[in-house]
Amino acid sequence: MPVSQETLDEIALSRAEYEAIVDRLGREPGNLELGLFGALWSEHCGYKHTKPLLRRLPGESNRLLVAPGAENAGVIDIGDGFAIAMKIESHNHPSAVEPLQGAATGVGGIVRDIFAMGARPIALLDSLRFGMPQDNARVQFLVHGVVGGISWYGNCIGVPNVGGETWFDKSYTGNPLVNAMCVGLIENANIVSATAKKPGDLLVLVGADTGRDGIHGASGLASRTFEEQAEMRSAVQVGNPFLEKVLIEACLEAINVPGVNGMQDCGAAGLTSAAIEMAERSGMALRLDVSRVPRREEGMTPYEVMLSESQERMLLAVEEHAVPEIEALFEKWDLDATVIGHFHAGAEVEIYDGETPVSETPIEPLTSAPEYAFTAPKPEWLAKLQATDPAAPGLPPVSPADALLKMLASPNIASKRPVFRQYDHHVQTNTVVEPGGDAAVLRLKGTSRAIAVTTDCNGRLCHLDPRTGAQIAVAEACRNLACVGAEPLALTDGLNFGDPETASVQYQLVESIEGITEAANAFGIPVVSGNASLYNESAGKAIYPTPIIGALGLLEDATKHAKIAFRQQGDAIVLLGRSAPWDGPGTLAGSEFNSVFHDVATGLPSMDLNLEVRVQQLCRNLVRAGLVSSAHDCSDGGLAVSVAESAITGGLGASVTSALPDRWDAALFGEGQSRIVVSLPESELAHLKAMATELDVPVSVIGSVGGDRLTFGEASVPLTKAADAWEHGFERATTG
Amino acid sequence: MFLARIRVSLKPTVNDPQGKTIAQALGRLGFDTIDSLRAGKYFEVRIDEYDRAAAEKKVQAMCTQLLANPVIERFDFDLDPVS
Repeated sequence: MPVSQETLDEIALSRAEYEAIVDRLGREPGNLELGLFGALWSEHCGYKHTKPLLRRLPGESNRLLVAPGAENAGVIDIGDGFAIAMKIESHNHPSAVEPLQGAATGVGGIVRDIFAMGARPIALLDSLRFGMPQDNARVQFLVHGVVGGISWYGNCIGVPNVGGETWFDKSYTGNPLVNAMCVGLIENANIVSATAKKPGDLLVLVGADTGRDGIHGASGLASRTFEEQAEMRSAVQVGNPFLEKVLIEACLEAINVPGVNGMQDCGAAGLTSAAIEMAERSGMALRLDVSRVPRREEGMTPYEVMLSESQERMLLAVEEHAVPEIEALFEKWDLDATVIGHFHAGAEVEIYDGETPVSETPIEPLTSAPEYAFTAPKPEWLAKLQATDPAAPGLPPVSPADALLKMLASPNIASKRPVFRQYDHHVQTNTVVEPGGDAAVLRLKGTSRAIAVTTDCNGRLCHLDPRTGAQIAVAEACRNLACVGAEPLALTDGLNFGDPETASVQYQLVESIEGITEAANAFGIPVVSGNASLYNESAGKAIYPTPIIGALGLLEDATKHAKIAFRQQGDAIVLLGRSAPWDGPGTLAGSEFNSVFHDVATGLPSMDLNLEVRVQQLCRNLVRAGLVSSAHDCSDGGLAVSVAESAITGGLGASVTSALPDRWDAALFGEGQSRIVVSLPESELAHLKAMATELDVPVSVIGSVGGDRLTFGEASVPLTKAADAWEHGFERATTG
Repeated sequence: MFLARIRVSLKPTVNDPQGKTIAQALGRLGFDTIDSLRAGKYFEVRIDEYDRAAAEKKVQAMCTQLLANPVIERFDFDLDPVS
């Protein structure tokens, strides 16, 4: 019987995709099978629009222990038997419906991805995007809900939340972005695979009961433009962080039990994707009995059990002899462990409800979603934006000093302390550099080393040029690492885009992936994991293309790090990457200044990756040699904001002495790349210059630390006034 | 003056970790015949309104805006005149 359009819409499959399923099966799929295909062929699980692009990302490094794509996340060797697993994942649509639970379960989901690999979660980061918060009650509600959900879940499970971004632009008004990144530490190279090892291995479901939460979460939410919130409400998942905490401990204990062969988290599309992908990776058939799955609700159908996205569940592949020990172990942690199926030789997934067969489907078509390749030309609207002179609006009718105060109070620039003070960033007692700087630094107990982690992406620059914008996201993330003294090792990417069936979004996707690839290659580091969230649109308008980059860096000596705060009166302030202090008007392209004062995003951002790599190397060398008192990169808000932030956090004034040019807007607030502001004793200047010459990096001594004012040429404001704007700007914009 | 007695609970299909934890704790105390348990919230609000319809409208609004989260919770209330 031909399937109705209504059914196809519900599971977000196109008519052509349905026909492809019929063709590959040689028959019509059953009702449950159709649900399996809908979930596994969704963008979230099947990556049908992004797979051909993701293959282009660099995946090579001599530090790679697990290649990207082979497991839930790539694993990076950091020496001494330690390895790091990391991944970023989106929970945008659930957070738009129910911000607190949506964000909380986003954290829970990414944490399970990481400990599924045998890694202890040691850090969380959150990259958030919202619409403009001023006088918008809905946006303010979303901000407080999302931040509340992240802090609630993260604090309960005892994983420090050490960084991320919170950034506002009207392109995210109807469709906020919530991307959570988790970093896990694996000791003694004890990496767990998400596979069964031999026929006869049993499939054991552990953790929470299964209810009707999140049915069609993967297909319904992540695959379709999100408009009618009320319709989707049955998909809301509610998290239980205390259960997750014991699940972490129980699972990390279970992997040491002989006979436990593999582990997999239940994420998007629940049992369907977890169990079937496990069978696919193992090259075996799977027989699964839904009647054995512990339920929270009565009367659930096999379809609902297979597609439920109930939280805090994991799957283990266990040899039969080990089952009693596993049951006892989970019982000790007050958790259920239930055998729900077994692996055997073959290539099908057979689903039973007790003794009744429900479906038998070959695994290969289920896990090989169609792939849509595309190359789209640059949209005309974009060519026009790029050709528009970003300096065209002229100078706004304010003084440079007042402009600085207004910039510091912009919620994109103002201190995010009101956000991160709600997160526990010291639990586990490894946090050396706290949130609020360029990157967080975490020591590795038992070694002299530390890791640094950060996330970055400026969607406005990606909007103006997806390729350059993506390069800038990678470069900035790595620059943040360089500022604390860390060498970049690996990246993870959270690709947030609009509807991939439109030409503009296709262009953005292709170009962004190229940009990430070019930049990652320039730094010689792989992209080890990632996630794609498409269809981020509301009222027919796509969000800015937002490829969020999470970066991991290594410090050989944890004590040799730098922070952003100025530390000493009389230190010289040096700009790395430029031979003169002020950049020209072209750097206003996509700048925060143009957004705040003119409400425009125009022009063409630019990036010189060769210079970038050298600037970062110089900064890292300076930090490691202990020459500099502080280091902070220039990003949103440009040079003036960078210097102001170092001054405010250090409680010391600063003076940049060169006279301001006519276009003081670009000079102070232009967002030219590859710039880092460092401070150091004057006696070390010659040393710095020699190191800069060696690496062929231009530098410019631009001023000095001291006094109680912030001065740029003729413009000057009291430090206390600047501090007030910066410290309270976020709260003032997001409350009342 | 009216007294509103407002009950808020999670919708039937929504996961209730709190209720489950309480049920488990009761089980440990020997209450071994509990079939299921759902937790909720209860509010008593005295409202200085003299018209029932106006009071009802206010309670409805405070429930949807703050006391309940309509995405995952449902509510009902009684409204009685008090002196």
